[in-house]
Amino acid sequence: MTMTLVETITVGSGGAASIEFTGIAGDARDLVLLLSLRNSVDSPSATLSFNTGGTYSRVRLLGNGSAASSDSASVDLQSNTSVSTANTFSNSSLCVSNYASSAAKSYSVDSVNENNATLANQAIIAGSWTGTAAITSLEVTPTSGNFVEHSTASLYIIS
Amino acid sequence: MSETPVKIVVDLSKPKGQRESIIELTQAEIDEREVMATEAEAQRLVDEQAKADAEELRQSGLDKLIALGLTEAEALALVGA
Repeated sequence: MTMTLVETITVGSGGAASIEFTGIAGDARDLVLLLSLRNSVDSPSATLSFNTGGTYSRVRLLGNGSAASSDSASVDLQSNTSVSTANTFSNSSLCVSNYASSAAKSYSVDSVNENNATLANQAIIAGSWTGTAAITSLEVTPTSGNFVEHSTASLYIIS
Repeated sequence: MSETPVKIVVDLSKPKGQRESIIELTQAEIDEREVMATEAEAQRLVDEQAKADAEELRQSGLDKLIALGLTEAEALALVGA
């Protein structure tokens, strides 16, 4: 098994409304995306989208520093926000197994906020995307606002 | 900062060094983002209310069990800590 860094996107000084990898080759087994994110507004989440179309379903286990819950989330990722401790970023990882298969894709997300306060979300998500085409593009979009400078997304393939 | 939001697109089919594009969002994309943000905020409020309602129900049940004579530890064992 070999894990190879394909590319890293680093958001520049203007911020970014989304970050997207396109042209993903279908010659590996699994995809791993590592994210370090911060939103320009007080919105602690971001979503993933693969290719276009298809529908997503999720089961999420969420802790916020004082309580735990589970739900069928409408978002995939935790992101630091404009009110998080200064200069801190969230940490998230996404794993998509068999991303080039002709079946629906399952994925997992492990995501945490970094915040020097009681409120800091930690989420584990089991997700499914109904698309049956190989994943060739992957976009990360904040729920609102923009990703700020120094946010990063690194795409790896596992062969 | 640019007035128009931008997206960063990395096309992995291109050679390294030529992959990254910074593209201004179209008005349709900006409108779509605003709709999504509004929907997400509405969903967040619904989710928060649902959690608050569930906690209120849990506490109400706990109080009633204690009123029936169970200790708090016994009641918590039944409803989950």
